[in-house]
Amino acid sequence: MSAKLPPGLQLEKVDDRIMTLNVGPQHPGSGHMRIIIKVDGDYIVHTDPDPGYVHRGEEKMAEYRNYITNIPHLERPVIHDSCNILYPYCLGIEELLGLEVPERAKYLRVIAAELNRCVYIQYWLAIYGIFLGHSTMFMWPTGDRELLIDLLEKMTGARVTHAYFVPGGIRNDVPPNFEDVCLRQVNYFEKRIKEYADVFYDNPILISRTRDTGVLSREDAIKLGTTGSVLRASGVDFDIRKKEPYDVYDELDFQSPTLKEGDSYARSKIPWLDMFESCRIIRDALKKMPKSGSVRVKLKPKPKGGDTEIYRRVESGRGALGMYIVSKGKPQPYRLKISVPSFRNLIAMPHLLTGEKLGNMPAVYWSLNYWPVEADR
Amino acid sequence: MSVIAPKFRLGYLIKGVIDNIFWIILLVTLIGIPIVQIVLIYIDFPIIDGEIWNPFRVLDALTHPERALPLVVSFMQSDLFKVVAFPGFGFAALIAAATIFIERKMLAKLQLRVGPFYCGKVEGILQLMADGLKLISKEIIIPAKADKPIFWAAPVLFAATAGAFVALIPVAPGWVVADIDLGLLAVFAVIGFFPIITILSAWSSNSKFPFIGGIRALHQMVSFEIPLILSVLGIVMLTGTLNLAEIVQSQANFPWIIFMPVGAVVFFITILAELERIPFDLPEAESEIVAGWLTEFSGMMYGLVQLGTYLKLYAFAGLFVVLFLGGWNGPDIVPPFPAEIVTDGITILPGALTVEIPGLPLLAHEMINGTIWFMLKTIGVILVILLPRGVFPRIRIDMLLHIGWYKLIALSFVNIFIALALVYGGVIGPGGIL
Repeated sequence: MSAKLPPGLQLEKVDDRIMTLNVGPQHPGSGHMRIIIKVDGDYIVHTDPDPGYVHRGEEKMAEYRNYITNIPHLERPVIHDSCNILYPYCLGIEELLGLEVPERAKYLRVIAAELNRCVYIQYWLAIYGIFLGHSTMFMWPTGDRELLIDLLEKMTGARVTHAYFVPGGIRNDVPPNFEDVCLRQVNYFEKRIKEYADVFYDNPILISRTRDTGVLSREDAIKLGTTGSVLRASGVDFDIRKKEPYDVYDELDFQSPTLKEGDSYARSKIPWLDMFESCRIIRDALKKMPKSGSVRVKLKPKPKGGDTEIYRRVESGRGALGMYIVSKGKPQPYRLKISVPSFRNLIAMPHLLTGEKLGNMPAVYWSLNYWPVEADR
Repeated sequence: MSVIAPKFRLGYLIKGVIDNIFWIILLVTLIGIPIVQIVLIYIDFPIIDGEIWNPFRVLDALTHPERALPLVVSFMQSDLFKVVAFPGFGFAALIAAATIFIERKMLAKLQLRVGPFYCGKVEGILQLMADGLKLISKEIIIPAKADKPIFWAAPVLFAATAGAFVALIPVAPGWVVADIDLGLLAVFAVIGFFPIITILSAWSSNSKFPFIGGIRALHQMVSFEIPLILSVLGIVMLTGTLNLAEIVQSQANFPWIIFMPVGAVVFFITILAELERIPFDLPEAESEIVAGWLTEFSGMMYGLVQLGTYLKLYAFAGLFVVLFLGGWNGPDIVPPFPAEIVTDGITILPGALTVEIPGLPLLAHEMINGTIWFMLKTIGVILVILLPRGVFPRIRIDMLLHIGWYKLIALSFVNIFIALALVYGGVIGPGGIL
């Protein structure tokens, strides 16, 4: 009987004090993963995250397609942040092939990436709201997200899976009146997300639920290798856009928000503060962008790279997202390794959840900015 | 080409309708009519005004208002009417259905969406009916290791207990199903059944998430019953009665919320917790424990629990109105009826077609006015109960118990001291100023 059970689960006896809960993959509060949780009364005594339910072999698939045809399927792990997951790939291929990206394309890339970061954060925030039982916070970001999705649709032609970044620039230029529409909608969007403070971030019940739960100290955050909003919520000022600026991020005026508390509340607030910075970046980029010019360099049909290895990383909606490309002089990459922030943040989960109350499980779990599909790749 | 739904054909529809009509006629002729005739042999016909009302006379009376109205009057005086229709189940179920509709539309407006929209053409007003039909048509799935008799009985018991609670609420002067002297104690006795039913259903489903949800519901309900009882103790001291109708009559001049706002606030918060509404909906917290103690219920079993929940919501709102907001008391908004309509009866079409219509003494002025005031107040309280769902996230169980055992009990004692001060200060109560 016990041989048929999945790994990590044991049959309980009648007098067991510890109860094993199988949270996921068909649990409304799990996402596409399973967390095996053992509870003693209301306290979690053991946490065992079990990802891998949506593993699609993206890295292996990339070895059979050439550098251009890899683009559409490489954005599948995070379709809500598809520009940012293609960003390191395109940067890497450009370095591999020695391409010089036109100036206008660099700015448009930054705009698309920041819009997409906001779209991702809105989606994440909506789920954080419903995880805490706050249904208004589920509906508001989901609705306001449409503003930016409309903008991205104008830019790229697709609502979610854009495939907009290509090695050597972007796929197509933006429509003529894009700058005005973008400025107007981003300004309105910023006004809307300010209202989230009233209903969500200043809500006393929310603060009492997330404050001092799942505290990740600065040292632990560095040791566990977390990244992105989790790391910055613990007081480490680490933002790839600042530390290793790519494209035109070093010419733009923005800050990366940092909080010191390291609890679920700080971790839930950092992405929200990030959205304001994204709006700043977009406005600044629209101002500094060249008004005309080429947006893409011509490529040969099947470009070949040399015998080299390249690692480039960007700051995605969840943290540092890197791609390691090994080229052996063929049109296909010899090996493509994606270093995803979700998996890095997942490592902190057993550390944070063990010892917490069961009611804190969704508040801590989703504050880790974890996207199950991306972690499985 | 694959087709998921079979193609619609008019011939199949007509054949189905004709088949149904055939079977209905066959069954009615072979089974229905004999059963009715056998029952009529044994049934005792009611005697009104010295006349035996057999079925033929009832059919006859339907065409004559002067003969039908006494029947209506006597039916309205019967206990059956009170239980089934007006102050009882039918009235409560109607308000519960309106509550669900208002909740969905109000929440939708709060969340910048439209809510139910298509079903019923006008603002999705028939959405609840569609949901009910869907629940009825669903298969009921019982977990393999469930304790089946208790699991089957739990939703029925839940709805029945909520119905018993509804029966204790006085709606208008003289219009209450169970007018008992210890009405308030009976309310607490009925409320005491809910945690038992919850833990029975949670335990009998033999599943982990319902078990945790049931334990949470048990903690929540039991620990909030104490401030619930303590917060209304002040009113009992001031009025000296436990009868809910008499408590309403004592508020003819002013509602008790003026003197006991603390008790009213405590009572309202405990209502939210007893009803498992946001922010106290942690027995059904879907991101932690799926659907809590409702996880294993499916189909109409879930529908019954929902029906019970909304009946309970109406009953608690009505109890709040009765205890703190003055029940049916209020200024006249409906002018008094002419006496001939109420008591004497009128004659229409004098001459060849004289129709003598007797009065309907039960539709007195106080009853209509009181019902309207009670409904207005109850719906107002229900709206305030629904509102936190759009504003607050869910609270945690230890914070909930902390609120229940420390803050609310302390506040309800403050309320009791206020009541004692009012009584011994000679303001209200026997020999008081007011």
